Amino acid sequence: MAEKTMIEALNLTLHQEMEADDAVLVLGEDVGVDGGIFRLTEGLIETFGESRVIDTPLAESGIVGMSIGLAVYGLKPVAEMQFSGFSYLAFHQLESHAARMRWRSQGRHTVPMVVRMPYGAGVRALEHHSESREVYFAHTPGLKMVIPSGPRNARALLLAAIRDPDPVIFFEPKALYRSHREEVPDEAETLPLGEARIVREGGDITLIAYGAMLKRTLEAAERLAEDGAEAEVIDLLTLSPLDDATITSSVFKTGRAVVVHEAPRSFGPGGEIVARLVENVFYHLEAPIRRVTGFDIHVPYFAREQAYLPDVERIFEAARETLDARA
Amino acid sequence: MTDRVHLDRPRLLHLLEAMERIRLFEAKCVELYQTQKILGFLHLYDGEEAVSVGVIEALRPEDAVVATYREHGQALARGIGMDVLMAEMLGKVEGCCRGRGGSMHIFDAKKRFYGGNAIVGGGLPLAIGVALGDKMQGREAVTVCFFGDGAAGEGEFHESLNLAALWQLPVLFVCENNLYSMGMALGRAEVDTDIARHAGGYTMPAEAVDGMDVVAVEAAARRALEHVRGGGGPAFLECRTYRFRAHSMFDAQSYRTKEEVAAWRDKGPILRLTRWMTETGLLHAGDQAAIEERVKAEIEAAVAFAEAGTLEDPADLLKFVSMENVPQEGAVR
Repeated sequence: MAEKTMIEALNLTLHQEMEADDAVLVLGEDVGVDGGIFRLTEGLIETFGESRVIDTPLAESGIVGMSIGLAVYGLKPVAEMQFSGFSYLAFHQLESHAARMRWRSQGRHTVPMVVRMPYGAGVRALEHHSESREVYFAHTPGLKMVIPSGPRNARALLLAAIRDPDPVIFFEPKALYRSHREEVPDEAETLPLGEARIVREGGDITLIAYGAMLKRTLEAAERLAEDGAEAEVIDLLTLSPLDDATITSSVFKTGRAVVVHEAPRSFGPGGEIVARLVENVFYHLEAPIRRVTGFDIHVPYFAREQAYLPDVERIFEAARETLDARA
Repeated sequence: MTDRVHLDRPRLLHLLEAMERIRLFEAKCVELYQTQKILGFLHLYDGEEAVSVGVIEALRPEDAVVATYREHGQALARGIGMDVLMAEMLGKVEGCCRGRGGSMHIFDAKKRFYGGNAIVGGGLPLAIGVALGDKMQGREAVTVCFFGDGAAGEGEFHESLNLAALWQLPVLFVCENNLYSMGMALGRAEVDTDIARHAGGYTMPAEAVDGMDVVAVEAAARRALEHVRGGGGPAFLECRTYRFRAHSMFDAQSYRTKEEVAAWRDKGPILRLTRWMTETGLLHAGDQAAIEERVKAEIEAAVAFAEAGTLEDPADLLKFVSMENVPQEGAVR
């Protein structure tokens, strides 16, 4: 066991799985000699060489398209987009090809590929460098969409993603890259994709979050506890496929729910989650479900970044209103 | 008759001052970054000043400019006020984009300055559209599109060069080849490091020029623009230059040596011009000090303007997303 940041934990996964499986390779812009824009792939090129740690030109569409080609016949590419906002140039390859290969070939070809992308606000840059557009990928049948919330689960989920037989979009909350450390075991471990985790138990209200918003949601839960309400907090970890069972059973119990995400509100992940709850537990709801989200705008410049992001106060207030609502 | 560069003393002093304005403006930005008045990313142009100054000198007011995220130089050279630019860097409403764009997304509608594009290669198709629009609507203007060597790896680069040549559009492509796309050396990224030759493949006149020589850049830009303005279709100019500092404010720079950077610094565009002017007797004692004094006063005034500015009311962040919030005339400069 050692205390690791998310950067170090993800780097450990790449080292260990490349060691364990010769089919795994890393490619992207500056992932080799320079060690990655966030230094996440540091040391890989020294250990595994240029044939398995590939510095590419700036060519996002090419990087993803090439990864698909590598993946259809025996290799397991882990591609890096420097920021999730740069992946829009590769969207065509993800949507038109990666997501459909299994379908088109009736399962004869699969794409065991991971595309890692730092996402979300927190580095005080704007727009493409801070966006949270997970719905583009979660909305696409054939892609899995994973978003960890801490060093240990990031490490375990990345390993599961690399071993998964289908294309996985792996969003890394860059605000958490170096924000804190966690005990991470030396030996490799995985977490199953498609399973959410209850990170705090409570019977009064369910708070659903993921990625960088989880910490704020847990803080809001503590404030609610001081206020006399016990919140159950769910960390989704995988957005698609969504873990209906965990969400449904929690809200079945509490009857109240708030969904938190930093993505814009309209047609965001919250809309889907709320729709499923309405379908599954409508008669057990005690109050309207609320969403605490980013606004329907682009992530603003540094001076107003925090005004964009859901904060503890907004989450607390939404939960309070939900708790206070009477039919 | 070629639109020649006139190399008299006032003209050379003007070019020197234009480069000093960029160099010293950015030096102030570094200070403001260190004191956390500017945050996030800050991509400095240090070393590449001759490119934007040389090319933009050759433009007319009706021409359009499309630039990259490393565009402080283009913005200043194109005449966007240093005060509204500095306010933009600080995220103030008084900035040229209301503090919405910041360092990487400078726009100015009146000056036909279309960014400030943070995605590598993203500005090229935009430039094609602007030029096609001008042509279709009978406006006599050229669109100048700046991009780096890294853009040559993107598909949009090739799509754009083809379209511009195919439809004979009034575009001047300017590649600011600083030898690195972030950490990736050109020789590791391109099968042919002679980027001007890529353009030749798209049947347009293409020239590579020493991007550290502001006079050579301006002369080459005038030659290229003469071709474009004459209805000959697009032209391509590769300016060979160097970025003295990190890609953004910090990077490990494990991709190059300190000696390499020092050698390039010694060939820098300001040093180059002042040395030559000194040798030829065109730079007099006190000239450079006078320029620096003038520019520093301009910078101090810009900083004061920016610091006195206001941050956008968070409620106003909902504005300017779609049609119902279109700004009033003059709201965005």
